[in-house]
Amino acid sequence: MNKKPISIIVYKTAGNFAENKDVARKIRQDRIIPALEKSQEVILDFQKVESTTQSFIHALISALFRNYGDDVLDRITFKNCNETVKKLINIVIEYMQLSA
Amino acid sequence: MKIHLPNSAFLGNVDPFLASFNPNGKDTLEISFNKKWIFVHPLALSMVAALALTVDSSNIVCEQVEARSGHYLERMGLFDFLKVKSGISISEHEPAGRFIPLTQIKNSNKLSDFLKDMIPLLHLEPKHAESIQYIVSELVRNVLEHSASPNGAVLAAQYFKKSNTIRIGIADTGLGIKETINVSYPADNYLEAIRLALMPGITGTTTRIGGTDDNAGAGLFFIKSIANVNRDFFMIYSGDSMYKLLRKTGRNKRHVLYADPNKDQHSKRNDLPFWQGTAVGIDISLDATSEFTALLDYIRDTYSKAVRERKQAKYKKAKFI
Repeated sequence: MNKKPISIIVYKTAGNFAENKDVARKIRQDRIIPALEKSQEVILDFQKVESTTQSFIHALISALFRNYGDDVLDRITFKNCNETVKKLINIVIEYMQLSA
Repeated sequence: MKIHLPNSAFLGNVDPFLASFNPNGKDTLEISFNKKWIFVHPLALSMVAALALTVDSSNIVCEQVEARSGHYLERMGLFDFLKVKSGISISEHEPAGRFIPLTQIKNSNKLSDFLKDMIPLLHLEPKHAESIQYIVSELVRNVLEHSASPNGAVLAAQYFKKSNTIRIGIADTGLGIKETINVSYPADNYLEAIRLALMPGITGTTTRIGGTDDNAGAGLFFIKSIANVNRDFFMIYSGDSMYKLLRKTGRNKRHVLYADPNKDQHSKRNDLPFWQGTAVGIDISLDATSEFTALLDYIRDTYSKAVRERKQAKYKKAKFI
């Protein structure tokens, strides 16, 4: 049975410039990983996030590649990303897959 | 310690200022000024303020400022850090200008608050704000995560109308780059440590390609790349060494980014007075600043290529006899 995906609003804790790695780590540890462990899909919603940093995105998702492999991308969806956010997510994802 | 603020010290001509620093005698700090005029990069002010935080205020000797530009130092908050009365009064009705006075940041939340306030102070357009917020966030987070400095980071920034440039300086008095990098990589000297720190995918926290869960080792590479694409100065000084990315000239629109900073047009020195910690200066020309998303396209290619090359370097090789 498919479980309902969990939606995480990044702006709520990270603000419109998502750069605080402590916040990224907390989202990863407290929200994303527990959801994946329960076989839930995760929607990372970047609505109202105007910009971010490579470090923030790395802290948010890089560990997921190590824990679950590249297939984790089948279980995460990135929503409402502007061009900057999209590009930084793609940079980190490509980097993690190349590093595997 | 002794440090002298000269009449001019910008990234292009910063070497004599750095070379005149005397790091001997950690318990005292003497500050002197050019008598006529002081016009310096915020990096110079950040360094003086960072030093002042390491010394008991009773052991700080600050020469009386005679230069007319003493008002500038007062407005930038230098004398507050030195805990001395300059005798210079600033009218509250003077316009704020476009600068960020010397600011000490000791933790992650203060940095986040600072980043929100920073853009209005510099009166930046969104196009420019994104790169500048990015640079300050990454540089200060580097200090907070790696320097182990109890005083955190000291930074200042200012807009210079004539060159239409934002100049940013960030200094800390922590471990320095060599000690940080040496946890994972064998850098024999500061210059090599700086080179490694500027390469993508290299972090003092691990030798693993891909970094740790919280560190990719790419922050300084991204910043150097932003400066490179925008044809701006970028300088990093730690221990006895300094690496300076030189400003590109000419109208050639083609940008070539290198993973190895030694392939960029640069100058470097390893004979400077010892700076315990790290100091970084960067100039962002608002005329030349590319859209941030365009910068990311350039950076992505070089970043990926560097990872591939590092992986290939670790491949086992066939033995032929």
